[in-house]
Amino acid sequence: MSSVVKSKDRAGIDFGRALKDGVIIGIIAFALLGPLVGLKTDQNMANELILQNRLGLAAILSVIVGVGRFLLSAFVYPWIAARGNRSKAAVTLAELEARARVTRGLSITGLIFLFVYPILIISLFGVQGSIKWVDNYGVQILIYVMLGWGLNIVIGLAGLLDLGYVAFYAVGAYSYALLAINFHLSFWVLLPVAGILAAFWGIILGFPVLRLRGDYLAIVTLAFGEIIRLVLINWKDFSGGSAGISSIPKVTMFGIYSFDVSAPNNFAKAFHLAASSAYYKVFLYYLILLLALLTAFITIRLRRLPIGRAWEALREDEVACRSLGINTTNTKLTAFAIGAMFGGFAGSFFAARQGFVSPESFIFMESAVIVAIVVLGGMGSMIGVALAAVAMIGGTELLRELDFLKLVFGKDFNPDQYRMLLFGLAMVIIMVWKPRGFVSARQPTAFLFKRKTVSGDLVKEGHG
Amino acid sequence: MSATDTKPLLTVRGVKTYYGNIIALKGVDIDVHQGEIVTLIGANGAGKSTLMMTICGNPRAREGSIVYDGEDITRLPTHEIARLRIAQSPEGRRIFPRMTVLENLQMGASIDGMEFFDTDIQYMFDLFPRLKERLHQRGGTLSGGEQQMLAIARALMARPKLLMLDEPSLGLAPLIVKQIFDAIRELNRRDGLTVFLVEQNAFHALKLAHRGYVMVNGVITMSGSGRELLENPEVRAAYLEGGAH
Amino acid sequence: MTTSLRKWDSDPVLTVEHLTMRFGGLVAVNDLSFSVGRGDITALIGPNGAGKTTVFNCITGFYKPTTGMMSMRPRDGSVHLLERLPDFIVARKAKVARTFQNIRLFSGMTLLENLLVAQHNPLMIASGMTILGVLGIGGYKAKEREAIERARYWLDKIGLSGRADDPAGDLPYGAQRRLEIARAMCTGPDLLCLDEPAAGLNPRESAELNSLLLSIREQDGTSILLIEHDMSVVMGISDHVVVLEYGTKIADGTPTETRNDPRVIAAYLGVDDEEVEEIEHELDEVTGSEGGRA
Repeated sequence: MSSVVKSKDRAGIDFGRALKDGVIIGIIAFALLGPLVGLKTDQNMANELILQNRLGLAAILSVIVGVGRFLLSAFVYPWIAARGNRSKAAVTLAELEARARVTRGLSITGLIFLFVYPILIISLFGVQGSIKWVDNYGVQILIYVMLGWGLNIVIGLAGLLDLGYVAFYAVGAYSYALLAINFHLSFWVLLPVAGILAAFWGIILGFPVLRLRGDYLAIVTLAFGEIIRLVLINWKDFSGGSAGISSIPKVTMFGIYSFDVSAPNNFAKAFHLAASSAYYKVFLYYLILLLALLTAFITIRLRRLPIGRAWEALREDEVACRSLGINTTNTKLTAFAIGAMFGGFAGSFFAARQGFVSPESFIFMESAVIVAIVVLGGMGSMIGVALAAVAMIGGTELLRELDFLKLVFGKDFNPDQYRMLLFGLAMVIIMVWKPRGFVSARQPTAFLFKRKTVSGDLVKEGHG
Repeated sequence: MSATDTKPLLTVRGVKTYYGNIIALKGVDIDVHQGEIVTLIGANGAGKSTLMMTICGNPRAREGSIVYDGEDITRLPTHEIARLRIAQSPEGRRIFPRMTVLENLQMGASIDGMEFFDTDIQYMFDLFPRLKERLHQRGGTLSGGEQQMLAIARALMARPKLLMLDEPSLGLAPLIVKQIFDAIRELNRRDGLTVFLVEQNAFHALKLAHRGYVMVNGVITMSGSGRELLENPEVRAAYLEGGAH
Repeated sequence: MTTSLRKWDSDPVLTVEHLTMRFGGLVAVNDLSFSVGRGDITALIGPNGAGKTTVFNCITGFYKPTTGMMSMRPRDGSVHLLERLPDFIVARKAKVARTFQNIRLFSGMTLLENLLVAQHNPLMIASGMTILGVLGIGGYKAKEREAIERARYWLDKIGLSGRADDPAGDLPYGAQRRLEIARAMCTGPDLLCLDEPAAGLNPRESAELNSLLLSIREQDGTSILLIEHDMSVVMGISDHVVVLEYGTKIADGTPTETRNDPRVIAAYLGVDDEEVEEIEHELDEVTGSEGGRA
């Protein structure tokens, strides 16, 4: 029944009419904008009034208006109408299931794509041209995917609003930086050490903080994030203050190959390749990809273990948990500690990738972005969080690329400056459109007969 | 009292309500006449509370119409519906937990303009002596049953034309249940208060009501005078008889 | 009345002695002493605001009583002083489980998941405090299957096994009440505390509840302490009734003793049930013997 309705709707998209709409609106826009924008009076050197011809600009604006109208008529209005019909017809369980299948399909294709991505990029842009795409997009996004998945344990599963997650990211980064420089330990030794140290700090911070609930928890975790940053700035002997720590050793390929240009076992030299930092970037890409997948794998495992169920139960109703003999303090602490551990892993990777850390990298804005990724993705959903990280981090990176906008808005226009504005706008739109995030439905962790997706309406967000 | 010789105060026609994906009311027709006590009975999950909430505009009916005192209130916002003197004691009590009992009652009376506050509050104290003892305690510290009393009293403080009660007997001691039902009868007799009552306690409710409706899975399956329904074998089997006999 | 019938004196599972609970200046429970017999169904009744739920919260560790002693004796022979234990230890070690007046289910989790969360502590040990579980070693899988079987047993018992994979929030009210009882029973308690289990149930559902509670007592040997206003439940199944008013005990005895106690009638029951009986009788005459027993 619903498929019949849908196909009718699709047939209802009348491109001819939409085109006509677009052209008419474009002409009207030009008629209005032509005199208003296209002609500008100005004074010349001789103080004479002259007319500047900017009809080109007016034409561009009119075309934008016309195309906008065409898109509205062709896609947006029919979509809104279809949406109205569909919500009347009520989303059935079957549709929820279908959506869950789409999500699963998406994650498998996504996974394959992630593994071939660097190869694809190198074949498209060449070795040197690949750096931007692998590093700025690939590695950068994957770091946030990993951070999002780590924080997802705390916010999405256990329902504890932690606004100071970046503190653990900082602990991981500084652990690697300091231990690698002072004790010359390798990345592979320090990666688990950084994770354990971050988890340790998670427990230390968690003990006093987790008695608080809701808004109070959020405020105090926020403060802890700031305290860590201020300590790093002010304890100059330890952390180098706001100057930070530089020349942090790179990651080696398990000690066999190095990426230091001067090293005898340099990767490029060993394979007789032209010297380029691209190889290191590709290596880092696969490293963070595996770290992120480790996070995902452990989280999925944990969800099916009693501790994961207890986290979700805690989010649903803490009092009931205690009545069932669950030690809620310990349960919250484990969520905090495990979330912090993944933050620590990501932090040590970050330090190794940048070669430089300073308190500047761990401001509150970072925490806010990670929280936004978790909330936008749909609390508790791994795939949703990954999509949100792509949209938020990839989206802001893309805005740096929009140089063609300078043609429209003049040479002084810097799209980068409007990043935050557009970013905020996009957030508002998405929250209106999908108030529970990209993926709001919940997958049960055990079933007797059939795994049925739980609609997001029933799932609670937690209360601190 | 016969249903037809008075003017209908509330008319519900073909109302359909959804909770997200799930249809809760599948086209409900109900009339409540001026000065009547009408009860709605049915099993848990039949949609009784949903109908009461739909009349108050939360959730909104997706189809059908709700007319109150000659005015279509189907699309009216909830606060404007309340200003039309429809008072409700909702499911789950919903008192203001951080306000004292007195403040809760003042909130209830605020729609009325506080003119009769002193007389009305005195009447509430007669009805629920417990509330007088607890007057300066915060609502959230009351016991479950006391909160129920407060919710009903708060609704009455608005001097409503139509009083809607969702399971007023829930969690109350037998003595108090009897007092509340006596009070409803008295208010109806004395002031001609119109009452729409959703009850699980079908026996008491049908005894009290002039007319009753039976709801099954979001549909009205039966209606009649309270007496008729009490004597109806199907109703008796489904809603009145437990294993206690 | 012979003493041998009074299990709460001869073999109490829970003894409450001189329990007092003050909130600021307000005395919610005042020097209350009573016992719960092993294998008994004990009802705690009284007017609204008499302090019944406060007593529950003290027993289950959610409140720390101002004074008083509560000793719990589970089947394993241990003795626990409840006033000294935090709430989750009361449930874990002293084997006291409870339900809540306003149902507290994990509404976004399925019925099965709700019952698995209740078996958290044994499963946690089986998963090697999570560490072995993540690595996939140890006997966790088998233990989880056992836990699922136990959950299935309870779902069968409350008649909800067909909805095992639906979210708990989707259930109608009466079914949610039953699920909450099943969830409490999955912790394997020796004392089950039920706060108004029949509130909002119709007479038929109340009758079903009665048989569920009786079978919990017979088959699982769990003692039950319940707060209830529905007299068909209280008088129908309980062995022992304790009546509270203003935080003080006004009666304590068998159902017959308490229901005829003038103080209980005055404070709680109101006029005797004769008025109700009179109407029931009248109706039986109208509908005749064929009416409504279907």
